[in-house]
Amino acid sequence: MSDFVMYEEEFRRVDEELRRLYQLANAKLVFLVDKNGQLIASAGDTHNIDTTALASLTAGNIAATGGIAKLLGQKEFSILFHEGDRDNIHISIVANKVILAVLFDQRSSLGIVRLRVKKSTGALTRILHEMDKKALGEKRGRAELSPFAEITDEDIDQLFK
Amino acid sequence: MSFINYSSREINCKIVYYGPGLCGKTTNLQFIYKKTSPQQKGKLISLATETERTLFFDFLPIALGDMRGFKVRFHLYTVPGQVFYAASRKLILKGVDGVVFVADSQIERTDANIESLEDLRINLADQGYELERLPFTMQYNKRDLPNVVPVAELDSLLNPDKVPAFECVATSGRGVFETLKNIGKQVLMELKKHY
Ligand SMILES: Nc1nc2c(ncn2[C@@H]2O[C@H](COP(=O)(O)OP(=O)(O)OP(=O)(O)O)[C@@H](O)[C@H]2O)c(=O)[nH]1
Ligand SMILES: [Mg+2]
Repeated sequence: MSDFVMYEEEFRRVDEELRRLYQLANAKLVFLVDKNGQLIASAGDTHNIDTTALASLTAGNIAATGGIAKLLGQKEFSILFHEGDRDNIHISIVANKVILAVLFDQRSSLGIVRLRVKKSTGALTRILHEMDKKALGEKRGRAELSPFAEITDEDIDQLFK
Repeated sequence: MSFINYSSREINCKIVYYGPGLCGKTTNLQFIYKKTSPQQKGKLISLATETERTLFFDFLPIALGDMRGFKVRFHLYTVPGQVFYAASRKLILKGVDGVVFVADSQIERTDANIESLEDLRINLADQGYELERLPFTMQYNKRDLPNVVPVAELDSLLNPDKVPAFECVATSGRGVFETLKNIGKQVLMELKKHY
């Protein structure tokens, strides 16, 4: 099982990068999702948005177009762009692993968003690679911090009360 | 593929409800949604056709509570059961942590159950998983109907490995939470082995 593990340090750096992108792209919302639809981090106003659902649907969207690409004998569509009457969304794949989505309106433009996403993709890729290395190394070393280290049947039963 | 976030102290796991068309997968999620308190659940998202057949997936996030200071959440998905949605089913299995197979107990759906289970095995194998090594719970649904296959027979047809199996009536909710609890427990026990 290749689980996705996110530690404090990397989370902070991802968060910082998303905030930078949010500001420089003049976006309404920026979020990062793993390919299975779990929200990793976001920047911007999420007050009226169900980010959990948004994450799942974004991943579904990438999965569906990935399926189309495969049928057409192509690797994947690495960028998707949806234009709405008010808001637009730019979706791209980072490091083959996570999905970066930028929601923006007429205060920004596709050109700016594209450019800024490109820059942030480089930075996020580096962070993700370091995270992978760390996860491998720490899986053993930090076992005592694992929430599962001393978990008992009763702990699990308790959850389902 | 579960997602463990040490920063926000969350554990997210993905559970997929699989089974032939009209076996009651969506009904399972609808019942869970109905009976879970608002703080514990997110929106139930259904990507469905106009006739309420699942087109891509249903999605329901539920929060269970805390375990050693970590919030435990399950992301529940259903696949579209109709045969021709094979490509979509495969996509939804990506990163799955546990599978519930919902069988339709009606005699005339016997072949559909067997085919769907075989389809599950093939799609998992395509992703590099083996059903035998995955948390797996069996549900025999629609036990309220008159023309059902006896449980012992379903066991021998669909459940040779004797994974936990539950009789269920998803429309009234009988067996729905028992099934969810069982798969949830198996998933967490499996995670425990790895961390
Ligand atoms: N009598 C009875 N009917 C049920 C039961 N569970 C589901 N149904 C009915 O069966 C029909 C199909 O249920 P769904 O939950 O939509 O089936 P599904 O498995 O999601 O179907 P697809 O989306 O096409 O794969 C609905 O009319 C349900 O009300 C049950 O336990 N007993
Ligand atoms: Mg359905």
